[in-house]
Formats: sequence, C-alpha cells, structure tokens
Amino acid sequence: MDLSYGPEYKNFKKEIQDFCNDWKGVNFSDGVQISLGQSFDNKGKTITRTEWQSILIERGYFARSIPKEYGGYGGEADIIKSRIIASEFSNAEIPPAMSGQGIDMLVPTLLELGTEDQKKKYIKPTLLGEMIWCQGYSEPNAGSDLASLQTKGELINGSWVINGQKIWTSTAQYSQMMFCLVRTEPEANKHAGISYLLIPMDSIGIEVRPLVDMTLKAGFNEVFFTDVSIPESNIVGNRGEGWAVANATLGHERGSLTNPNATMNRVNSLIEMMKAETVNGQRLIDIPVFKDRLIQIQGKVMAFQSNSLRVLSSKLNSNQDTKIASMIQKLVGTEIRHELEGLAIDIMGEIGTLYEDSPHIRDNGSWQFTYMYYLGLIIGGGTNQIQKNIISERGLGMPREPKAKEV
Amino acid sequence: MYFGLSDDQIFFQENVSKFLADQASLDVIKLISDGGNDTKKADIQRGLINLGINGLLIPEKYGGLGLDLLFATAVSQSLGSGVAPVSFTGSYVMAPIAINEGGNDGQKSKYLSGIADNAIKFGVAFTEYVGSRENAHISINNDRVSGSALFTLDIEESTHLLVSNQNGKIGIVETNHKGVEVIKLTTIDKTRNFSEILFNDVDIDILEKTISNDVAIKKSIDAGRIILSADSIGASQTLIDKAVEYSKERKQFGRFIGSFQAVKHMCAEMTADLEPCYALLWHAAHAFDSMPDEARLMACQTKSHTSEVAKVIAKKATEVHGGMGFTDLMGIHYWFKRIGLNRQLLGSPELIREEAAKIQGF
Repeated sequence: MDLSYGPEYKNFKKEIQDFCNDWKGVNFSDGVQISLGQSFDNKGKTITRTEWQSILIERGYFARSIPKEYGGYGGEADIIKSRIIASEFSNAEIPPAMSGQGIDMLVPTLLELGTEDQKKKYIKPTLLGEMIWCQGYSEPNAGSDLASLQTKGELINGSWVINGQKIWTSTAQYSQMMFCLVRTEPEANKHAGISYLLIPMDSIGIEVRPLVDMTLKAGFNEVFFTDVSIPESNIVGNRGEGWAVANATLGHERGSLTNPNATMNRVNSLIEMMKAETVNGQRLIDIPVFKDRLIQIQGKVMAFQSNSLRVLSSKLNSNQDTKIASMIQKLVGTEIRHELEGLAIDIMGEIGTLYEDSPHIRDNGSWQFTYMYYLGLIIGGGTNQIQKNIISERGLGMPREPKAKEV
Repeated sequence: MYFGLSDDQIFFQENVSKFLADQASLDVIKLISDGGNDTKKADIQRGLINLGINGLLIPEKYGGLGLDLLFATAVSQSLGSGVAPVSFTGSYVMAPIAINEGGNDGQKSKYLSGIADNAIKFGVAFTEYVGSRENAHISINNDRVSGSALFTLDIEESTHLLVSNQNGKIGIVETNHKGVEVIKLTTIDKTRNFSEILFNDVDIDILEKTISNDVAIKKSIDAGRIILSADSIGASQTLIDKAVEYSKERKQFGRFIGSFQAVKHMCAEMTADLEPCYALLWHAAHAFDSMPDEARLMACQTKSHTSEVAKVIAKKATEVHGGMGFTDLMGIHYWFKRIGLNRQLLGSPELIREEAAKIQGF
C-alpha cells in the first residue's frame, strides 16, 4: 500500500499551486458553466472561456495526451497529474477546464475512430470551447432500449437526409454540433442498422424545443429533424457501425458522472451547516438522530472515495483487476449523492424546501437543487436499473433475461 | 502509488483459503458447531498457526513476522469467508497490539515471544471498556482484579487473559489461576466461542504504560474493529458468491432464477454495496499502520459501515436461496450468524458512530 504520488510529483504539485495563486478568482466574460454546489470567488482577472481553455492546454493542464496537431498539449497521459490538477483547482476554487459531451465523449471517439479530416476539423475547436456538442441518442420510444431508435437517415445524392426526433438533449439550445445515432440500414437487425453521424445544429430543418426538468433551472431539449441534409462524409465509422462507435463513448460518460471528492466536500459543507444552524435552540449537529445519519453517510462517502483510489491504482498498476469496483461507480455515486443532499434537506426541515430567491434560503437552495438534479442523473446515462443489469450480467455472469415477445 | 493488497498479502490470503477449503468444509464446520469434534477444531487452529497467523503482528525481535495490520485484514477476510472456527481477532491481533503498545520491555519480551512460539495464547476481555453491561464492575486495585467480563474473545485453549477496566487500564491474568471462573455463553454463531469471565480477587500483571493512559486499548480496539470488518467482508463475499451460483442452477417458470431481474438486481445491489467496503477496509488498515491522525475515525467508520452493509447482504443472499436458504441443510445461516455477531462485537454500529462523532469533535 502506498498512497503517495512519489517525489517526482512534488514539483508538479507546487507548480499547480503557484498557477492557482496567480489565477485565483478568475472569471469569465462569457458566462460560467453551471457548477453544482460550488461557488467560485470571482474577484480575479476576467477572460473568455476560450482563453482559459488555451491557457490550460498550453501548460498541459488540460487535453494533455491529445496530439498537438489536433489542438491538444501532445504529452503523455498522466493520471496522477490530472488528479493533482483536479484537487488543487478544487482547493483553490479555480474553475476546472470545461467539460461536456463534446470534450468528454466526442473527442475520445474521434481520436479512436474518426478520419484524419474529422480529427483536424472538430477536435481543436471543441477543446477550446468554441464548438459545443450535444448528444443525439435517446428518442421518445428508445430510452433504456436505445438500439430500437427510429430516427431515419437516407443517403440521397451524396447527402444524408435525416427525419425523426431526439429527446433529453442537454445543451442542444447552444450547441454548434450534434453527434447522433441514426437508423440508416432499415433492413438490418436493430443493432446493425445504426450509423453515427455529425450534424451541424444550424442545418435547415432542425427545430429545438426546450424540455424543462423538475429543477426548473437546468433543462433538456427535444430536437426535431425534418429533411435535414448533411454531407455524406459526416459519418464516424462505417455505415451500420454506429452502435459500436457509440458504445466507445458511453463508457466515457458513465465514468464522468460522479466525483467522490466533490461528494465529500458536500459532506463537509453539511457539517458546517449543522454546526451553524439551530432548531429550538439546539445546534443541528447536537441532535443525536441527525448526527447518526450524518456519520452514516460520511462512512458511505469514505468507502466510495477509497473505492475510487482503488480504481485509480488499477490504472497505474497492471496487476490489479478492479472491473467490479469500476462498474459500480455510476450506480453508487449517484445514489449516495442523492441521499446526502436529501439528508441535508431533512436536517433543515421546512427551511430546506426553500427555493429560487426565497427569503431565508440557505446556500442558494443548492441542496434542494442538487437533490433533484441527482435524481436526473440516477435516471440518465443508463438508468440505475440498467446499471444493475450490467453489474449482474457482465460483472457476475448472471444469465440474460430471455427475449420477450415484442408488444 | 499502489492501493490494495500486495502480491505477498494475496499469496498468504490464498494459502489460508486453500487450507480452509481443504480442512474446514461445510460438513466439518457443522460437526464442530454441533460440538461434536473438538479435536478437528484444534487441528484447524494448529494448521493455521503452522501457516504463521499467530506471529503476523509480532515484531521480529520477539520472534514474529513483523507484518502490519493490512496483512492481517487479508487473513481475516479468508477466515470470515470460510466461517473458520478459530481464534484470531483477540488472540493474534488485539492481544499483541495491546501488549506491544502498553507493555514494558519485560512484558513484551515475555508475552510477545510467548505468542510467537505458541506457548502463550490470549483471550481478550475488554467489554468493560467498550460497552459495560449488567454492572460488571471490573476493578483493578493493587495488582488484583475482581468483577465480570462478558463476551471474552478467543477464550478457547487460552493460557492467559487480557482484561481491562473502564479506564482502559489493561492487565494480564492466567486463565487457570484460582479465582478465574469461565462461564460459556451460547451465541447464535456456533463457529466461535465466547465466555463470561468472573474474576474473584485474582493476581494481575498490569501493562505498565496503561496505568497512565488508554492509548494501548484504543489501538487494540481499533485494530479489532478493522479485523472484524474484514471477517464480515469475507463472509459477505461468500454469501454473494453462493447466491449467484445458486441463481444459475435453480430453475423456476422454466428459467434460471438468475435471469429474473428481481433476483439479478438483488445480486447487483449486494455487489455494489460490498465492493467499496474492500477499499475502505484497506484504507483503514493502512491508516492504522501509517496515518495515525486518521486511524481512529477510519476504524470506526469501517466497522460501522461494513456492519450495515453485511447485515443487508446476509438477508438478501438468504432470500435469493429461497426456502433452502432458511434451512440448516444448506448452511447459509453460518455466514448470516457470523455477520450478525461481528456486527455487535466491540461496539454496535450506533455506538461506534457516536464514537466517530466524538472523534471529530461533534
């Protein structure tokens, strides 16, 4: 057992701390992404998001292993450095590099399966935050059973002509591009009939309608396609290979939904609140049942944090197998976070239900918002029921459910 | 950076598991639990001592292997997995740690060497410090001890007893000394024995450093809690493995029951609950070995969290087996009961969480 990162990382940590000092309080002239439960001190320099991205890339703090010719830093991947960056940025309340479906999912997919032209054209602006992507996977009748999707693409005179509808499309309202699963081979069986297309969102025939979620703050969209025409070359992989291409990216999404250190920060914020607030003259932290529930969830989060160290370690040491430990992260991480945020609301009582700009609101209503937001994450990214199927079938080797008759 | 068990630790763990698979099959466990074969029980204990479990935590200068608590968790996990009917937590973890921490040079030399060469075996009677009940009143005065200690661990074949009062002062008594009365308790878990000890004005050798502080007993209990957690994790893993295996063999409605999502999801939930416990356990053991500031909180959280997880697994895994899970024939209950008892030993989850809150100043 060795939890140290080794002496070679000492200097790097110092470098990051110095960088954080220089940029403390940085803020963006073009708006900040929604950041859950975090409030950044914004009394520093004002720059644009894109400028921030290029500063981070230039120093190798972001897009580290992406080749220079595609707009990355062009270095070796280094998980420990990424981890040091993430934790020092978080300690110093420096905004992390942008994330999103383009950066987290499309870029790795293109690097693996894209053509040279696609890599050159799309990766750089995506990394810089100039090109925002949305994901066109789910449809009203294709949720957990994603491969039954029906949005249709026909190759007519050298163009893909697309008709159909997507749903749950986050960020569609300000995306420049969509990576999209479309049925192009209607004769083939359901998994083999799908292609992975790249669709400019300003194409004629695309309509984006907002779909407000229960938080009333963040939102999804529905996206409608009516004879949308895009070049034949806007396909990743071959015709009918879209399912395999998409699966390469779903793995990336699942890993990125939960962050145990952020969850532990929330536990610590809850503790601070429980020390500061009183009910009937008694500090919340002094009420035994609240205290017991707090310590219980703290234990769960500690276990989840340790689990992620174990997963990290397996990426550095090839003799370690943490297949199951990785597989459970989405399920466990989202459930714990939802439970934790809900606990804070219980502890606050009526005050915990205050929302938006209400008088007496605590922490900007972030507990209530995050409690609901995480219910969305429990459902999204492969519902937790689907996660349980994956764990039991792929992790424990349990038999698949026999195919039911179509209804 | 390396998080997890080392190759040596895994190798040792596998040896313990192989030995148990060979020597302590479920039939043997049943026989021993029914009280029908004490010789076999002693053979199993001796076999494990031949593998070296007694000397794991004893410094090399006293003839031990000088290994750390993380190593011991690896062993304990195997013991729990096989519901091994043997002494470990008290005799070979809590006792050496308490003596090494609380004893003077003479005491260490005498007792630690004794454990390492298997001439001395300790039972551990710390109930008065962890959770005193029924006015036990262990009182230690002028090198004499009186009172009662419930739930003494690993009393079998013990030559000596470690006993503490409620302030954490620890002393050593010879088990067969006049004035020591051993009253066998019957718990749900028949794979291990627990006793009440009555002390009637008995000579006691006080561990010198425990006169002024309770560091030794705290460390010993932290270690005990971590090791019991490992035992419960091992038992839980076996239950999950058995449930999954059964679900792949048992058919109803013309299908393997493992293909029903109701069953599958129970198995996935058990797995998702248990898997992080391994990491927490190793992290806590590592904290015990080398991060003293975090050690006490992690030990508490590991025991409390693991106990909660294991309890749910004990229930769900039994349910996956249906009616057969409830029978003595199938023997699932040995693991269920092992987990049930571990949960209460050295503090139930609620009491331990209260302690975890105190440690953090709440």
